[in-house]
Amino acid sequence: MESSRSRSWLFGIIGWLVAIVLFFPIFWVAITAFKTEQAAYSPSLIFSPTLESFHEVFARSNYVGFALNSIYIALGSTLLCFIIAIPAAYRMAFFPSAKTQSTLLWMLSTKMMPAVGVLLPIYLLFKSAGLLDSVWGLIGIYTLINLPIAIWMSYTYFREVPSAILEAARVDGAGIMSQIWHVLTPMALPGISSTALLLIILSWNEAFWSINLTSSHAAPLTVFIASYSSPEGLFWAKLSAASLLAVAPIMVMGWLTQKQLVSGLTFGAVK
Amino acid sequence: MSDGSVKIKNLVKTYANEHGHPAFTAVKGIDLEIKDGEFMVLVGPSGCGKTTTLRMIAGLESITSGTIEIGGKVVNDVEPKDRGIAMVFQNYALYPHMTVFENMAFGLKLAKKSKDDIRDAVTRAAKALDLDQLLHRKPQTLSGGQRQRVALGRAIVRNPKVFLFDEPLSNLDAKMRVQMRTEISRLHAVLRTTMIYVTHDQVEAMTMGDRICVMRAGVIMQVADPLTLYRQPQNVFVAGFIGSPPMNLLNGVVKRSGCGLEFVDETGAFIVPLPSRLEKFAEPFVGRKIIFGARPEHLSPTPTSDVGTQKPLTMTIELAEPLGSETILYLKSGARQIVARHIGEQHCQPGQTVALHLNMEKVHLFDAETGNVINA
Amino acid sequence: MKRPIRTLLQAPSVGLLFLWMIVPLAMTIYFSFIRYNLLNPDVHGFAGFQNYQFLWEDPAFVPALINTLALIGSVLIVTIVLGTLLAVLYERRFFGRNVATLLVIAPFFVMPTVSALVWKNMILHPVYGLLAHAFFAVGLTPIDWFGRFPMVSVIMILSWEWLPFAFLILYTSIKSLDREQREAALIDGAKPVQMFFHITLPHLKRAIGVVIMIETIFLLSVFAEIYTTTSGGPGTATTNLAYLVYSQGLQQFDIGIASAGGILAVVMANVVAFFLVRILARSLKGNT
Repeated sequence: MESSRSRSWLFGIIGWLVAIVLFFPIFWVAITAFKTEQAAYSPSLIFSPTLESFHEVFARSNYVGFALNSIYIALGSTLLCFIIAIPAAYRMAFFPSAKTQSTLLWMLSTKMMPAVGVLLPIYLLFKSAGLLDSVWGLIGIYTLINLPIAIWMSYTYFREVPSAILEAARVDGAGIMSQIWHVLTPMALPGISSTALLLIILSWNEAFWSINLTSSHAAPLTVFIASYSSPEGLFWAKLSAASLLAVAPIMVMGWLTQKQLVSGLTFGAVK
Repeated sequence: MSDGSVKIKNLVKTYANEHGHPAFTAVKGIDLEIKDGEFMVLVGPSGCGKTTTLRMIAGLESITSGTIEIGGKVVNDVEPKDRGIAMVFQNYALYPHMTVFENMAFGLKLAKKSKDDIRDAVTRAAKALDLDQLLHRKPQTLSGGQRQRVALGRAIVRNPKVFLFDEPLSNLDAKMRVQMRTEISRLHAVLRTTMIYVTHDQVEAMTMGDRICVMRAGVIMQVADPLTLYRQPQNVFVAGFIGSPPMNLLNGVVKRSGCGLEFVDETGAFIVPLPSRLEKFAEPFVGRKIIFGARPEHLSPTPTSDVGTQKPLTMTIELAEPLGSETILYLKSGARQIVARHIGEQHCQPGQTVALHLNMEKVHLFDAETGNVINA
Repeated sequence: MKRPIRTLLQAPSVGLLFLWMIVPLAMTIYFSFIRYNLLNPDVHGFAGFQNYQFLWEDPAFVPALINTLALIGSVLIVTIVLGTLLAVLYERRFFGRNVATLLVIAPFFVMPTVSALVWKNMILHPVYGLLAHAFFAVGLTPIDWFGRFPMVSVIMILSWEWLPFAFLILYTSIKSLDREQREAALIDGAKPVQMFFHITLPHLKRAIGVVIMIETIFLLSVFAEIYTTTSGGPGTATTNLAYLVYSQGLQQFDIGIASAGGILAVVMANVVAFFLVRILARSLKGNT
């Protein structure tokens, strides 16, 4: 047993080494956010922290505006997703038909279509409908691309609710909407909340449609950060400050939704 | 009071397969009349259609054909909430995120009753079921028996015309089951509302029902009060289903003997002269296959009556199960196993031979082909 | 529940997804067969396979195709090999494993534009980047990653982003490996390496397959990282199919050719999707 204990030490060291190396860029961004622009270019871990980069980001750019866009789009599309997905998942979980499984699979397969395949029609359609650079346009797109995940995850959580409870509600006089609102959703709330967090993360980080369909007015943080890539915009401390604010809350959400991530992104193929 | 009678006419339930074609008929055209205020038990082995029938009465299952009337009104297309019914589910089906109070109040809340009305109705029901101390607890903190009472309370609060029970006691331990049985029977005595109760346990059926409807494979085998079912089973299935230990059923033929008709079982080892009361009915069955039925409790060491006795059967004890007040004996007569019930504390050992008298007043004959009783 | 209500519950989802699938795709297919250039709005007409031909002959096309495949292949190899090793490593209990896991999966939640810029500037920058400082510290001259090895740089960024995903999936799968199976092998005298190849790896086969397919589908459309760091350059060194479609369609406004490229991407994705859906169907059936 001696060897296994020393082995466990070794695994621990290597494991932590890898973790630190992988996490280091994020750690570095976090530190640099609190440095002055001057200090940002030095690799030193010792520095006097300051909030001036954060101030600059808020003063010199419309950070709040972009952040609000990200928030509106993420929350709006997630809410819309669930409004459409929950009734469908209810029907599939409690009143499945012979076609239910294949319908589910088909829905999941819509997520396998590469975005470039429909970039141009969507761009042109949005252009003629005046939806370019609009928050609602992105909300619409994100609702569509996240709908399969919302339906799939809700479906799996609903399957764990005994149908007798919904029947009891029906006998008590609850129509379908009442059953869903008063009984089903409260019971499936933990799973639905984690799925909601997952969808918020996916919407927040989405960088294909947001870059191509927005420019200034409706641009979320993904686009705003990309603007730091132009030669004039190369300020590392500010980039770090802006990035830290954009990334930190999402990272925490991600830590909370590990399980949903696995199930949601592999469509249940791995549990 | 409102009419809680239930009339079922030619009720059929067929399930379609994935192509929409009829695949499986769970209920094959049954007729049943349940009187207002009656406690009717639907009993039978699993798959007999009793739960499907109950769910069709509730409105949770669609009706393929036939009609169901509640209180004189056809309810085929009426939603469960408008049928005047309340249901107690097998697994209680309580709302886990609501307190006991909220569970019972839910239906009233949906019906938009006033807060005061709701509070009155719920506290009244809670008092009656001894739940008033538990109103603010959630279901997972309650015991099985308490949960069942909450399910009952939820049903009572609806003030229904008909109570429907779907095997409510099968998830309880034996002691709790007896307690809840009496609770439900007491409830029925107080409320006098129609109650339709589904179970697979014939003891439950016999102790609780005013009348019992025995079902099998989607058909009704017999509907009668408990004693009638016990004394006068109409067919082999009911005879073997009701009564524990079950009736001894022996295959054999009717033969003519020197002094009348006799039953000879298929091994030839068990020969019993038929009592005179049955002779005229058995006459057409000479040479044909019949089933001879005798309940374990009708075999005893001493003759029970003069009429119809014959010389005792000598059998060897294979196994004796002492239950205290009585002993169940598994006996061998030739190649045949007979079960007998022996009242008394006498010691019975395997290997012993006993001589048992058969009470011929209580034996039954059944047509082997149709399963029906031979009494006409 | 009555039939019409049933369909009504499902209808919005099915309808919306159906429209989302069919309408834009049909339009892309249509565009790929006509002459459509926003800069020359007067030019109409059926183009047959001309767009596809032009695409093929476009000097950027074949490199873009090669880049796409190289990118996907490299990221797959890095993430799966490292992900598997990491998953095996983390399967052992060690102090603070849960926290370490959080650190390992963190990169997946960083938005692509942030990852790209942080890597390009703060890590890989040939003068002020962390790697440059490290090189200086050991007396070497730093490498100008994006200048000399643009593709490798992009692959580095993508691998960093996707390694957590592969790790998480494989780690989840490894945790489901029956402990007893492993103990039986130990008793049979299996050495760790044999254990890995004969027990762990076969068990992971399915998860690895799923990771390959899902990563492929997402990597086919990699865009933001390239857009933010290299804009496809230098030249066409880091242009992949997705970026090519973007540059043809939204920069050069040749909708026809861009659509042809888009269709190609769809076809490639469909090949992978076909196999993925088969696996999903099997797992769905296994659950019902």
